[in-house]
Amino acid sequence: MDFEKSFFETPSSARLTGIWSWLLTTDHKRIGLMYLFATGFWFLLAVLLGGLLRLELMFPGQTLLSSHLYNSIFTLHGVIMIFLFIIPALPAVFGNFFLPMQIGTDDVFFPKLNLMSWYLYMLGGVIAIFSLFSDGFPDTGWTFYVPFSISTNTNVSTAVFAAFVLGFASMLTGLNFITTIHRMRHPKMGWLQIPLFTWSLYATSWVQLLATPIISVTLVLVMVERYFNVGLFDPARGGGPILYQHLFWMYSHPAVYIMILPGMGVISEIIPVFARKSIFGYKAIVASSMAIAVAGSLVWAHHMYTSGMSDTAVFVFSFLTFVVAIPSAIKVFSWVATLYKGAIEMTPPLFLSLCFIYLFSVGGLTGLVLGGAGTDIHVHDTHFVVSHFHFTMFGGTGFAFFAALHYWWPKMFGRMYNFKWAYIASVLVTGGFIFHYVPMFILGLQGMPRRYYDYLPQYANGNFMAGFGGLFMIVGIFMMMTNLILSLKRERNAPADPWGGVTLEWMTPSPPPLHNFTGEPEVLDYPYDFSKVIEKFARKPKES
Amino acid sequence: MENKDHIFAYKTLFYVLLVLLILTSITVGISLVDMGKLNVWLALGIASVKASLVLMVFMHLKFEGRVLIISFLSTIFFLAIMIGFTFWDIGFR
Repeated sequence: MDFEKSFFETPSSARLTGIWSWLLTTDHKRIGLMYLFATGFWFLLAVLLGGLLRLELMFPGQTLLSSHLYNSIFTLHGVIMIFLFIIPALPAVFGNFFLPMQIGTDDVFFPKLNLMSWYLYMLGGVIAIFSLFSDGFPDTGWTFYVPFSISTNTNVSTAVFAAFVLGFASMLTGLNFITTIHRMRHPKMGWLQIPLFTWSLYATSWVQLLATPIISVTLVLVMVERYFNVGLFDPARGGGPILYQHLFWMYSHPAVYIMILPGMGVISEIIPVFARKSIFGYKAIVASSMAIAVAGSLVWAHHMYTSGMSDTAVFVFSFLTFVVAIPSAIKVFSWVATLYKGAIEMTPPLFLSLCFIYLFSVGGLTGLVLGGAGTDIHVHDTHFVVSHFHFTMFGGTGFAFFAALHYWWPKMFGRMYNFKWAYIASVLVTGGFIFHYVPMFILGLQGMPRRYYDYLPQYANGNFMAGFGGLFMIVGIFMMMTNLILSLKRERNAPADPWGGVTLEWMTPSPPPLHNFTGEPEVLDYPYDFSKVIEKFARKPKES
Repeated sequence: MENKDHIFAYKTLFYVLLVLLILTSITVGISLVDMGKLNVWLALGIASVKASLVLMVFMHLKFEGRVLIISFLSTIFFLAIMIGFTFWDIGFR
């Protein structure tokens, strides 16, 4: 048997050929790549929709979009980015591809269920698109707040059903990962020998499994309310609109951690590799991942300070919000401490990781403004909030996704990309990002509300600058993707371990063979022991 | 992987079913008595115990390792805590 052939040349199962070798595959790596293709498509579409919103806001008055179309487009932008990109991107793409490899096994525990998750994900996307062309896409925002979502004539039911189906894809992936980590780890790999990306996926999977059913049931209740006028959430029929907000955020705030935890895992992988130094505080990072999963699930009502809930609840949830900042800060300090006195080697993945640390820290610290009950009242539902969550979700998860792409691309496709263009694109995206979102903090503090297609004259300069930065950012994103895609035209030139990584995915050829390893992988006593790498890698990373 | 047959005696299964039914009756019963905030905590506590019994006996979690048992039972009680936390709002309006 030829063990050197990559998974691209060896379909699973062997009788499948052509497109069927992808559509019916049970190989976790192929499924990961199918997720990459799908999430990449949705991401770029939602980026362009976001660009349209900012173009409309660049100049006062109606310029490009009508008010109704603006409402539908920001809803679509939010729904696609949240449900079709950020939630699945890191776990479904990189988790699928690398989790089994990092724990030294050949696949996930339920390969067929894994494929089914992908189909559910695609089905959810198709239903979301369908709702566009039936009765018009909802204009509620991605939160589907009642009572508006049960009274609007747009097609809310189909859109929430899409989110319901996508929830199942997410739950099944979480279930698969938890089982795989428990049951299929290399026999010599103890819990404290698991790489930090896999640890972050473990924490994420529990949140996926536990919190997603809540939103699924809630969205079904919205449909029931719309079709049968039951009066669950509509105050006119005796329902509780605040109950909806509790149920919605009970999932959707933990979902923020579903989005960010794997991103933190990616950064924890990249930083030590390019600092050539063992990660600072391995156990503290593991503990903080689990602590974020637990504490992050108990802070949801900080989205609801102005909803009319009790003052006691405001106090309790504000306190808990400040508590959850602690484990996040532990990670940031650990990354910086890892870099301290390391033999740092600058590469595009490290550059993007450093951008992540800066942008995510700004996002985290501005989150404290929103977590504080007093200050939140001032900036609630303003552009300050929009900027804050883009700093955490895009500056955080989005940049972690870019960093992961650049870090694992050579392993996934066996090809190196052009470093120069990767740097240029990264600088454009980061610079554009800052010019795009910092003016929104100021606009928010000045009182400009979110979700309006027009504004008062005093907000014109800020909106113009934000739009200008946004254009740079979008150009940078497309440049980055083009650079990566163009690398596929090159010959396969990536070595097995181009960076000097020590986790198990670097112990196998690039791209990996069907069963991941050509021999028995050697599990290190400590997963970030770089002593051998330091001896071996007294050279620059391979760039063609 | 080890694949043993784990079989409970019919008598055990019957007793568990009986306990589940009794706990359900208690839940219904206490819902008819106004005990203030205690109503909610009792209902959630009983529901958590019932779910744990189903997991341990009917779904054979009892035969798994300690890590798995602790993980799954924690999720049940955590869900109860999450639902209970909504009463920071409702209980103090």
